Amino acid sequence: MKIEDIKKEFPIFNNKVQNNDLVYLDSANSSQKPLVVVDRIYDFYTKEFSNVGRSVHYLAVAATNLYENTRTSVQKYINAKDKNEIVFTKGATEAINLVASTFGQKYLKEGDEVLLTELEHHSNYVPWHYLRKSKGIKIQFADVNENGEVTLESIEKKITQKTKIIAITHLSNVTGAILPVKEITQLAHSKGIPVLIDGCQSAPHLKLDMQDLDCDFYAISCHKMYGPTGLGILYAKKKWLEELPPYQGGGGMIGEVKKEGITYGDLPNKFEAGTMATAQVIAFNESIKFLNKIGIDKIVKHENELMEYGQELLRKNNSVKLIGNPKNKGAVLSFTIDGIHPHDIATILDEDGVAIRAGHHCCQILHEKLDLVATARASLGVYNTKEDLDQLNSSINKCKKIFE
Amino acid sequence: MNLKELYQEIILDHGKNPRNLRKTDNFNKDAKGHNPLCGDKVHIFLKLNENKKIEDISFEGQGCAISMASASIMTDLIKGKEEKEVKEIINDFLEMIKEKDSLNTKLLEEDEKTKLMCLSGVKQYPMRVKCATLSWHTLISAIDKSQNEINIESKEI
Repeated sequence: MKIEDIKKEFPIFNNKVQNNDLVYLDSANSSQKPLVVVDRIYDFYTKEFSNVGRSVHYLAVAATNLYENTRTSVQKYINAKDKNEIVFTKGATEAINLVASTFGQKYLKEGDEVLLTELEHHSNYVPWHYLRKSKGIKIQFADVNENGEVTLESIEKKITQKTKIIAITHLSNVTGAILPVKEITQLAHSKGIPVLIDGCQSAPHLKLDMQDLDCDFYAISCHKMYGPTGLGILYAKKKWLEELPPYQGGGGMIGEVKKEGITYGDLPNKFEAGTMATAQVIAFNESIKFLNKIGIDKIVKHENELMEYGQELLRKNNSVKLIGNPKNKGAVLSFTIDGIHPHDIATILDEDGVAIRAGHHCCQILHEKLDLVATARASLGVYNTKEDLDQLNSSINKCKKIFE
Repeated sequence: MNLKELYQEIILDHGKNPRNLRKTDNFNKDAKGHNPLCGDKVHIFLKLNENKKIEDISFEGQGCAISMASASIMTDLIKGKEEKEVKEIINDFLEMIKEKDSLNTKLLEEDEKTKLMCLSGVKQYPMRVKCATLSWHTLISAIDKSQNEINIESKEI
């Protein structure tokens, strides 16, 4: 598929937003959906619906096969060793909660340390905070530097004898910094520490290879990856999924249930209790096919070009200040404008159909560190174009005029 | 939606040059307000005399044009009113922002009401209503001194 044809695959762009063409620059928050994904949900519900993994009738068998096909597609897409290392969750948030809760329950005790970074999204802090409350663990934060990056050295500095797990973002949703996660994992493993990577922002934009990365856990948000909402993925090495206790109890995750005791099901069922987001899982296979059809290398190149183009535009624009200047950067442009609050910027840009996000982007720790109450953020997706960024820039100029 | 209705001259003026943005000397009541969604913060200071009349009101804080303008206009209108009157004005304003088309209180002059009605543009922007109401909820809290810091997210509006 040619880059210039991508936008046509997303029906949302056929609509006008307040009489304007939609300039969607909020993909770090959630991405738009290609028609193939929307159609797949409709087709499944109208022609093929059944619950999976339970009944033996025709529809149930077919639906189960479709459901498992997605698991295999995800395994291949992220190059996991085993398809049973892919666990479906209701989101990346649940994936991280699953690890924090079960890992904490089995391995953490008072005084143990969990190492995060100052870049983390609340969903990779709050689940660990629960363990601070319930188990008396300590949470350490690796420092972010003036470029908005977290380096291998800053991680190393915070590792102690008591560090039991390192949980870090792959790509910051505010500064766009891409962390040296492979090197961090190597360092951690040399000290016997497992690593969880929050891959929400990286999964839609970077090439993923779990075996090369060698991390222990990787959390993915499907709705940021041109897929449906209500679905996330936890990749975990098989040994962890075997060792960790189940997260939730219910149907589908059991082996034998007797009055005197219960055994749990095989992987990955052990971690998929209750009826799962079946239609979403099946439709997510279309998201992966869609990404494969374009090719991740092409996506990386396209988004990099756009990011650099946008960065140049905003750098040249007086009174606009870009937040963070990481060497290795994803397609996120966070900025402030002197004298205009980000919420006012977002509302004024919206009038032109330009959708950005304003606020702390679920990263209050980082904003406090940067001494900012809020930032405006334009984040890119595969469908964006240079024209979108030109429109962003001219709407920013309009905004400046209003506040002159 | 109309941007001009939201960012009227009065709003932009009060947003850029907020009145009463300072700390009252010898204040006897105060409260802090916070909107964690956007990071807006306000701290309101009151000086009431023995007859429960507001001798001075001021605020410190940072936020968007809407929240700064709302605090600025509010403090202008409230100065000199009695505590009971203040409550009536607050309720009238919050009801207007929520559902009513106009302000009904007789405690404000027509030109004062016109000024306040400039804030009614936020009605069309549900995510921004909290920007306009933060300082008003904080003022209630200062008068009642029911809570030290109010969190607008836990309020209905």
